[in-house]
Amino acid sequence: MPSPKTTTAAVWKFTSCDGCQLTLLDCEDELLPLTEHIRFAHFLEVTSVSEPGPYDISIVEGSVTTPEEAERIRWIREQSGVLVVVGACATSGGIQALRNFADVEEFRSIVYARPDHIATLATSTPISAHVTVDYELRGCPISKTQLLELLTALLAGREPDLPDTSVCTECKRRGLTCVLVADGTPCLGPVTHAGCGALCPAVNRGCYGCFGPMNRPNVPALVPLLRRGGMGDDQLHLVFRTFNAAAEWS
Amino acid sequence: MNLVLDLDGLDALIRVLRDDGRVVVGPVLRDNAITLAELDSAADLPGGWGVEIGAGHYRVRKRDDAAVFGHSAGPQSWKRFLHPPRRVLMSSDGNEFRTAQDTAPDYAFLGVRACDLAAIAKLRQVVGGPAPFVIAAQCTEPGELCFCASMGCGPAAGPGYDVALTERIDSGGHRFLAAAGTVEGTRLLDRLPGRAATQEDITLAAQDVDAAAQRMGRAMPEVDLRDLLAANRDSAHWEAVAERCLTCGNCTMVCPTCFCVSVEDTTDLDGNAERSQRWASCFEIDFSYLHGGAVRTSGAARYRQWMTHKLGTWRDQFGTSGCVGCGRCIAWCPAGIDITEEAAALAETTQLGGE
Repeated sequence: MPSPKTTTAAVWKFTSCDGCQLTLLDCEDELLPLTEHIRFAHFLEVTSVSEPGPYDISIVEGSVTTPEEAERIRWIREQSGVLVVVGACATSGGIQALRNFADVEEFRSIVYARPDHIATLATSTPISAHVTVDYELRGCPISKTQLLELLTALLAGREPDLPDTSVCTECKRRGLTCVLVADGTPCLGPVTHAGCGALCPAVNRGCYGCFGPMNRPNVPALVPLLRRGGMGDDQLHLVFRTFNAAAEWS
Repeated sequence: MNLVLDLDGLDALIRVLRDDGRVVVGPVLRDNAITLAELDSAADLPGGWGVEIGAGHYRVRKRDDAAVFGHSAGPQSWKRFLHPPRRVLMSSDGNEFRTAQDTAPDYAFLGVRACDLAAIAKLRQVVGGPAPFVIAAQCTEPGELCFCASMGCGPAAGPGYDVALTERIDSGGHRFLAAAGTVEGTRLLDRLPGRAATQEDITLAAQDVDAAAQRMGRAMPEVDLRDLLAANRDSAHWEAVAERCLTCGNCTMVCPTCFCVSVEDTTDLDGNAERSQRWASCFEIDFSYLHGGAVRTSGAARYRQWMTHKLGTWRDQFGTSGCVGCGRCIAWCPAGIDITEEAAALAETTQLGGE
């Protein structure tokens, strides 16, 4: 049994909304027990005190969108034993990866009063495009259950249980009725990565794919079913190009 | 002895079972589907509700009458209760290991169709567990996707029920012919308010079930399915199915006999550990993970595995087919892939040697 607080962790933010880091604070009941096992050496959303590395675990939120970020992630990788990336931004580039399909120079010239003050890359890329990543948690935001599963697994030295299969498997185990079949509601569950526990179908809504593509999704087979549910070209375009715009859906 | 019950009699049946300490589970209308849940009384049954069903399509609809069993297989099966989606196998507090105690209640299943009665037997052959008390509902109104007659599993309920009910609504009223299948079933009927069945009651019920056999919405091709699948390992047809297959795993999850599980270990922050099993699917890539990687990655390989096991190698393994003809895999496949159509497509291009 390792002695308490010997494990150090750092939480890092890249281009993101901070929501996934907040999931760690949302652990509430488990947060204090967690600090019995892990010393958070760098977690700016909690404290401005920052201890120097190296760190046993680094939790990285956000995508790489600036030259400075591309440098910083290399430094973090060097400082970290295990590198965990969390959320749609860190795992696929996030909503901001929409820039990958447009002209960033044009945005810069239109949006900012002094475009010359803005240093930005033409693309938003996942952390794995820059450094080797050990574990990924999907979602916008991530699931608290999966975050705790990953951290407890790392502490115990076991493999975390993070299935890469469809949301449908979680939906059916939960005993929910398929909204696509029984209501005709468009749902991305059959092509979307599991991990949320079928959150949206549980409230009679279709999955909108915030966990990104599952392992080898068959999107062309789903598209006609989404059309049958009333989705047009514009909506289809939107639903696959929102949270995980740059992910490989097919 | 056969008894004729009215709705009050059915209500008394549920009450008596509950008084005996059983958890009575039966069909209820919930979330736009006829699902399975614990029943407090006959009022919980989906009286007057039926279903419109097709490949990848399911809608509840109002019926013209008040029938409580006038619907075909829904999104759930009795598997949920006999082989739960998640079950703890053992746990540890850091000092010792404890095998999980079986905490399943003493179930009575109400409204079990012939297909599902056969499924319960096939499932229990694999996963074991105590036999539930079963009140079957004879099928007099098969759905568009039903093919139990093809699989030799219905529409008349085979052995394994304690009581079988045949529902009928006509000028004689809304009533259920109740026939006991076991001594326990007879004892139950002895405690219920009803009238003795006449020969006419029995003849009408038998006619209704016989007629149902002629109204199956689907049929399997009349070939040896095990031979058919064995002869088609290299068929080009699997690729054609894979184009439509989402590999989402819904067919296996709704199948009343698919029994595969994955075993996972978890730990918490207080030094406790737990080993549990959960429903797994042969459509998950991790399912075939051996050292170094998964051996069935293409959709074609995964669909072939499922259908070949269900209709073919299940027989080598358990001496029976894994399919009962309930039609759930067709209805709840979002893409509407139809196992009877796929079997027919294979049969069309296959010359099987006869006896």
